[in-house]
Amino acid sequence: MNEQTPIAERAEKLQGLGCARKRVEDARFTQGKGNYVDDIKLNGMLFGDFVRSPYGHARIKGIDKEAALAVPGVLAVITAEDLIPLNLHYMPTLAGDVQAVLAHEKVLFQSQEVAFVVATDRYAAADGVELVEVDYEELPVVVDAAKAMAADAPLLREDIKDKDEGAHGPRKHHNHIFYWDAGDLEGTQRALSQAEVVAEESIAYQRVHPCPLETCGCVASMDKVNGKLTVWGTFQAPHAVRTVASLISNIPEHNIRIVSPDIGGGFGNKVGVYPGYICAIVASIVTGQPVKWIEDRIENLSSTAFARDYHMTGKIAATKEGKITGLQCHVLADHGAFDACADPTKFPAGFFHICTGSYDIPVAYVGVDGVYTNKAPGGVAYRCSFRVTEASYFIERMIDVLARKLEMDPAELRMKNFIAREQFPYTSALGWEYDSGNYHTAMAKAMETVGYQALRTEQAANREAFVRGETRSLMGIGVAFFTEIVGAGPVKNCDILGLGMFDSCEIRVHPTGSAIARLGTISQGQGHATTFAQILASEIGLPADRITVEEGDTDTAPYGLGTYGSRSTPVAGAATAMAGRKIRAKAQMIAAYLLEVHDDDLEWEVDRFQVKGNPERFKAMSEIAFAAYNQAIPGIEPGLEAVSYYDPPNMTYPFGAYICVVDVDVDTGVTDIRRFYALDDCGTRINPMVIEGQVHGGLTEALAIAMGQEIRYDEIGNVQGASLMDFFLPTAVETPTWETDHTVTPSPHHPIGAKGVGESPNVGGVPAFSNAVVDAFAHLGLTHTQMPHDHWRVWSVAQDLGLHG
Amino acid sequence: MSKKAISMTVNGRPVEAPAEPRTLLIHYLREQLDLTGPHIGCDTGHCGACTVDLDGQSVKSCMVFAIQAEGAEVTTIEGLAQPDGRLHALQEAFREHHGLQCGYCTPGMITRAYRLLQENPDPSEQEIRYGISGNLCRCTGYQNIVRAIQAAAQNLNSVPEAAE
Ligand code: FES
Ligand code: FES
Repeated sequence: MNEQTPIAERAEKLQGLGCARKRVEDARFTQGKGNYVDDIKLNGMLFGDFVRSPYGHARIKGIDKEAALAVPGVLAVITAEDLIPLNLHYMPTLAGDVQAVLAHEKVLFQSQEVAFVVATDRYAAADGVELVEVDYEELPVVVDAAKAMAADAPLLREDIKDKDEGAHGPRKHHNHIFYWDAGDLEGTQRALSQAEVVAEESIAYQRVHPCPLETCGCVASMDKVNGKLTVWGTFQAPHAVRTVASLISNIPEHNIRIVSPDIGGGFGNKVGVYPGYICAIVASIVTGQPVKWIEDRIENLSSTAFARDYHMTGKIAATKEGKITGLQCHVLADHGAFDACADPTKFPAGFFHICTGSYDIPVAYVGVDGVYTNKAPGGVAYRCSFRVTEASYFIERMIDVLARKLEMDPAELRMKNFIAREQFPYTSALGWEYDSGNYHTAMAKAMETVGYQALRTEQAANREAFVRGETRSLMGIGVAFFTEIVGAGPVKNCDILGLGMFDSCEIRVHPTGSAIARLGTISQGQGHATTFAQILASEIGLPADRITVEEGDTDTAPYGLGTYGSRSTPVAGAATAMAGRKIRAKAQMIAAYLLEVHDDDLEWEVDRFQVKGNPERFKAMSEIAFAAYNQAIPGIEPGLEAVSYYDPPNMTYPFGAYICVVDVDVDTGVTDIRRFYALDDCGTRINPMVIEGQVHGGLTEALAIAMGQEIRYDEIGNVQGASLMDFFLPTAVETPTWETDHTVTPSPHHPIGAKGVGESPNVGGVPAFSNAVVDAFAHLGLTHTQMPHDHWRVWSVAQDLGLHG
Repeated sequence: MSKKAISMTVNGRPVEAPAEPRTLLIHYLREQLDLTGPHIGCDTGHCGACTVDLDGQSVKSCMVFAIQAEGAEVTTIEGLAQPDGRLHALQEAFREHHGLQCGYCTPGMITRAYRLLQENPDPSEQEIRYGISGNLCRCTGYQNIVRAIQAAAQNLNSVPEAAE
């Protein structure tokens, strides 16, 4: 078979690692044939909709369902009272707290779920919602994390008021959730007190929201005849949902099937378990009919899964020459009304302690106080790995603040403090073991490509022209160098609700040389069906086009912890490679039998095993597959299947250098991103086209966060801007053209050296934009200004600096 | 609320289905006609996921009552391919240039681009960016969408009969 075909040609045909393979998902999406949760239609399906709190904090004195129940089509109105007998009025959160499914006795944030109206269609359900009468008594509201910790602050969580021990240790105040710290406090204080230079800054990372284009939703269907519950929904972690659903409902896990159909973007929004899922399940059990719940956009932005809301205070110590000697950080973390963060159990502040960044900092200390406020729960990793975005924003701003103080170029200061290539594997002061990196090279390449020195010269000329009154525009150059930490994670220290964060892949090779691979992850646009087939094509020598990748159905997929925190490639991608290697090992034995040689006499080449030194004698994988099913081979079981559960030995540490050039109109506050260059190093590159697409998308989300997104609350707890009318999502007009670039530093511990990329651009992008805006005014004394840098805020900066005459 | 039969032509086919006077066109298409290509991404008319073509204009079908489309010609993403299954140049180009990721914005985006290219068969990059600014995408950063539309325009202009 194809004896003559040269190796390169055969390899190309596989469309394996490194190939810019076109996506297999696209055929259905471009024809409107995707299958998203709201597309699901079942016989007799009902529709559920929420009555939500108009208040940020109020006591519920009574709920009158009567008028709602009189609406034609309305079948039921479920309240906390109905859930109490089932013990479902509260549900466990991923962070070890509980969250009200339907408000019991009081509401703690605006838009909180109060009652669930079930009706024959969505219009009737909405009519019912309008007519449920809830009698509230308003209570004092706290929307500021610092004020929540005041001695006389109102008590928010009456349900846990007597608990002075939370899931993560002692609580020091009635609105306190946890204190978590890492590093060497004494050593850091010593470094700070002995330092030649100390820079300090308070850096807030505002509350934002992942806002995928598709909101959250589900269809729950309880089949009372065979006792099986099926739930289709927007789940980034279907197996975890199944286990949690089983634990709280007492339905045995084999009788629950969770399916994630096509998902219209997740970005962290779809990791958690929301009251809507529980209510739809309960309603289906009660009515015996399938029940659909789909949140609308305003509900999405105001109730499910905010991100960030981190208030960070930092001190960084250095010598006069700019060698960093210590770093301290305290965070006031606003978690909203319930602690529903999606972090590995042992890390209530996620991986925030990656905040020493890409720098060789000898000593550091970080402490995080988690606090309750009258705001929506969440704290999800919005296109980032568990608080890494906050950490990266913090350190990359601090470096710039220090550079200003030292009167040193921020790029030069970074170069001076990078962890050197030969220091890897490098153990950071806060305890992480960085797997590999080549920071100096990446930074130098970035500076060279953008012409960094020329940009600085141009900036100096711009500033002089500004002084002469020839322009009203100031030029800013933002530099950011980030190190991500992704791929959670080693089971020894990463679990969610006790479930180890491994992932899995199961492969079946069919007799005619094609295959199906099933994984524990779930794509939300990342193109897993395309890229995981490529990994496998390279491992087992079958063309990617002949490998189906399936995810998201807990009845068929092996157990896995899902897709978020850029963990799919580092963990499930590794599981795929390892399962492929098991297939290959068995194939080798079969080939040896067929060729009548010893196993060791064979070598693998692209798509075949060949006899060493005699490449004309070979068996291609497709022939081996056929033999596996139709020949009785002594000592070898028939079939060609494998499964691998991969527990990564370490996280992976992607990194990158981003440079942004912005022109700021000081009279209008309008910012024009003139140029954005992003160099990413995500180790081995599986599909460059998909990587580039991920970078474009991540940078656009970073642009949104840095320049305009904010979920704000007024003093009395009204959420502001929770619709697309106000919440900033850039259009094609505001979005610049991105310049992408890369270096390749493989991960030494990952089977194919890949590190993951989906979230890097958000982690590195936000500080790059922010640094650019601050840099535009730096010569006038500005060291920091809070995000988002919308036109009004930027205008205010110019106003405060006296630029408006 | 009482329902009334509403008829229109959708993707070249005459259709009739009952709906309330307040039923939105997007719900009529998705739930009565099972055309689930157009999606719902917001409740304020900002995202464009629900974009369809109504009597030769791009329309956000969440902002129109079904009854307002009585007697109209409606084209959705499902109606863009040729009857023999050959895809529209835009559908091909979006795949070729990686103009989609999660695919949720894609039907609305392609349907909008379809009309844009009839309004302006040879748009500049800037004209494309303005032309699709009523359609939000959270995944792609638009760059490859713009490239895909440019490529489709070129393709359609070189084979004029493929334009429809
Ligand atoms: S659904 Fe967002 S504009 Fe129609
Ligand atoms: S591809 Fe996901 S919103 Fe556009």
